[in-house]
Amino acid sequence: MHDILIKNGTVFDPINNIDGEIIDIAISKGKIVDKVDESNAEVIDASNKIVLPGGVDIHSHIAGPKVNMGRLLRPEDHYRNLKPKTSVKRAGVGTSCPSTFTTGYEYSEMGYTTVFEPANPPLKMLHVIDEFNDTPMIDKACYPLFGSNWHVMEYLHDNKEDELAAYIAWTLRSVKGYACKLVNPGGVEQWKWGGDVEGLDVAVGNFGVTPREIVKGMCKAVQRLNLPHSIHIHANNLGMPGNYETSIETLDSMREYAKENTNGKPNPIAHLTHVQFNTYGGTNWMNITSGAEHLAKYINNNDHVSIDLGQVVFSDTTTMTADGPFEHKLQTLTGNRWVNADIEAETGCGIVPIKYKKSNYIHAIMWVTGLEAALMIDDPWKVCMTTDHPNGGYFTTYPRVVTWLMSQKAREKYMEKVNKRAKSRTALESLDREYSFSDVVISTRAGTARLLGLNDKGHLGVGADADVAVYNIDLNKIDPAIQYWKVRKALRRADYTIKDGEIVVKDGEVVKSVPGRSYWVDSKVSTDLAKSVESEIKEKFKDYYTIQMSNYIVAEKNIINSSPITVQAEV
Amino acid sequence: MEIFQDVVCPVCGCLCDDIEVSVENNKIVKARNACAMGTTKFLNYNNDRIPSPMIKNNGVQKPVSLEECIEKTAEILVKAKYPLIYGLSLSSVESVKVAIELTEEVGGVLDNQTSVCHGPGVQGIHDIGESTGSLGEIRHRADLIIAWGANLQEAHPRHMERYSYTSKGRYRNGKEDRNLIVIDVRETLTAKAADKFIQIEQGKDFEFINALRTALRLEQIQKDKVAGVPVEEIEKLAEVLRSCEFGVIFFGQGVTQVNGKGRNIDGLFSLTRDLNSWTKFLIMPARGHFNVAGVNQVATWQTGFPYAIDLSRGYPWYNPGETTIIDIIRRGESDATLVVGSDPIAHFPPAISKRMITTPLISIDPAHSMTTMVSDVVIPSSFAGIEYEGLAYRMDGLCLPLKKLVKEPDNTMSDEKVLKMILAKVRELKKVN
Repeated sequence: MHDILIKNGTVFDPINNIDGEIIDIAISKGKIVDKVDESNAEVIDASNKIVLPGGVDIHSHIAGPKVNMGRLLRPEDHYRNLKPKTSVKRAGVGTSCPSTFTTGYEYSEMGYTTVFEPANPPLKMLHVIDEFNDTPMIDKACYPLFGSNWHVMEYLHDNKEDELAAYIAWTLRSVKGYACKLVNPGGVEQWKWGGDVEGLDVAVGNFGVTPREIVKGMCKAVQRLNLPHSIHIHANNLGMPGNYETSIETLDSMREYAKENTNGKPNPIAHLTHVQFNTYGGTNWMNITSGAEHLAKYINNNDHVSIDLGQVVFSDTTTMTADGPFEHKLQTLTGNRWVNADIEAETGCGIVPIKYKKSNYIHAIMWVTGLEAALMIDDPWKVCMTTDHPNGGYFTTYPRVVTWLMSQKAREKYMEKVNKRAKSRTALESLDREYSFSDVVISTRAGTARLLGLNDKGHLGVGADADVAVYNIDLNKIDPAIQYWKVRKALRRADYTIKDGEIVVKDGEVVKSVPGRSYWVDSKVSTDLAKSVESEIKEKFKDYYTIQMSNYIVAEKNIINSSPITVQAEV
Repeated sequence: MEIFQDVVCPVCGCLCDDIEVSVENNKIVKARNACAMGTTKFLNYNNDRIPSPMIKNNGVQKPVSLEECIEKTAEILVKAKYPLIYGLSLSSVESVKVAIELTEEVGGVLDNQTSVCHGPGVQGIHDIGESTGSLGEIRHRADLIIAWGANLQEAHPRHMERYSYTSKGRYRNGKEDRNLIVIDVRETLTAKAADKFIQIEQGKDFEFINALRTALRLEQIQKDKVAGVPVEEIEKLAEVLRSCEFGVIFFGQGVTQVNGKGRNIDGLFSLTRDLNSWTKFLIMPARGHFNVAGVNQVATWQTGFPYAIDLSRGYPWYNPGETTIIDIIRRGESDATLVVGSDPIAHFPPAISKRMITTPLISIDPAHSMTTMVSDVVIPSSFAGIEYEGLAYRMDGLCLPLKKLVKEPDNTMSDEKVLKMILAKVRELKKVN
């Protein structure tokens, strides 16, 4: 592996307080170093180009049984993007549900180097890992689902907090998960009888616990386990008019568990994901509107919360979530094709293709809501840019979303094409905030890496992973607020993507295929507790599942580049 | 004696994973918990092995070295303009991955047993989508189980005990709490065990499904009988479907491979979807080979398509009816076939089998079959889940690890390894050319 020297680039590295300075970045043995011997290094001339840390996506559905069912549901989706094999690339297809190789290549070609998959049943994690092994170019990890898990609800019902924490630690370690995802807590269990929960205080039948108790209990457990990432939550009532109230109530119920950081501020402990789907005002489908103002106000006043956008991009895409009851509602509303897939003792899943139309009032409101949230929440460290791929749009549309954040002109231009009533009933037009490049780096790299607890990613300081992206944007000539389309075009194809110190993309094309790592978290709880909980799980296992406990556990030998992160729990 | 616990059974799509296998001197002597099918395979798999790699010379198969076989296979595949690679339902997922890469490298078509069994069920997902779930969901909740054109009792002997009718779950305590209805053209063993058997006329599933959908909407059917079943009985059945707490339909090849094929599936998937407006209802296929679902899974995430994947253009293409193996051979377009762990010569229509042997035929198989008997190149392989490990997917899409229980015979190796050797040789030959 050659040393690499990126010379004369305009560097944005907010973690190290570098804001558009022209400096050289030296790379050796997969890491950022102080300097390298220029005569022995591969030199990249980045004059008049920008140099950023590799992209870190906090929430993108790229692998697992749900995504694969999406691929199977939509052969017509694939025909829009047919990728032949090349000397370095495997063949592939797909736009909203791309095949695994294509997913890796297209992320890398955009300058992304790390992508986290946000929702899979623990029972199906062997499948997820199997797909991760076939997703090259990027580092990956997955957040297993816990929101309607029988063990969780039973431990909560019996007030067994230590055991709950130990159970979560055991599950993450056994199935190789990274963080805890809650999707419509309690509601998915209800859906297995055809129902749902409608608020935080409606008990989940047969279990006698409420969504509020699940959210609070899980939050507390995650805090005690010292997991690197906070609770990743998709609130109840997702997609429903007026649901911003449920979202705020959910976040507020978790506030008491926040720990203070060294600055005396609370650490983020709740990540409200695809906030756009969680933040509607109004009372019905006729008067639905954006609730972003209310949510932004709450988040501006509370530091225990982070969010990602789940921005809608008008396109023909595929919605997929563990929120089975939501997808059933969407199917009955749209009449579109529908997949439902419930998973024993753990969770569910629904998939419905959707076409977001500019002329449609509700879709336009969704588009506005995401952008308003991004522009009304003051601190970019709290905001991650996502489309909740593929729910709001494909990940390949990120450059477009970024330009909406960076340019009021881009928004105005686009707004001319969207539903007029939506425009007149929201505040987006009046928002003149424009993200700087530093803000963009925070919401696509630095902030996401920090929220995920990835200390070696999201920045270009000495010792960081040498994951770097170089884009052909000459800030002497281009003002992102004015010539936003040039920024969009440049962000779509990186001039260079460097992964772990190797040039993997050149001129927007993959030149080398690398496998990427799979991260997972091993939180060490006290030996006695771990033992007693494991025997409890063993006792219940035969009753809850249709497989043996030993076959539930994902062996490390099945993982390409298995990368455990060990933390010490407080239980 | 060595005892292996929690062994996954490599026979049918149930992938029962509670088998206890005893091995003595590299020989399996006992397979506890396995059904008749599983026991038979575990105890007798080793009979009738192909003793040596072979190449046909002047019409007679002669033993040769493995290297010669690999070289010959690679030559055939590189020379071919439109080669077919077929089978893999009895191989590990890892083997399937290599097969896809090989197909990509030689610009051929990868097809699988799905093509001739549950293909219409897979296509139904493209058309309608599917309300489904894991088998444990059925075990815990189903109070109504319908077996439609599926003989669970004989094709998946432990299905009822582990996952459905007689299984005990959180909310259902065995068959007393469940209602099993069998809809079939003949009285199978499954029908005999059922609470109710509805016999329909051969080839009239589509009519019957539509009548049932009409009855479900409380609309009147203007006939006395449909598919040989009195309308009153169809209305009664609709009422049973509507009023259950949690229903499921298991369908088999009695639906997918009879008149109507994909239409039947579209009807059943639509019926299931509609039932979710009344109650909770799922549907799932009863898949045959132990890893046929795995081939569909891997192919879908690697290429976007579940089977019949044409890689001759460089990118994946899929058009069942055009890119399916029988159709390609019928049109006389293929010019070589590599079969992995399958016996198409015995099971395809005779005219297709006849045409198949007019172009070079290569078999990778542990045991003799009609296909290996007529192949130009025969490469013995080992048994997935017995002699080599890997992953497989259950009929409900659950991934399970297969175990290595005994050492394979000296001159055999896994499909994965054989295919990797062929792939390496193909790349070598392509470079020279």
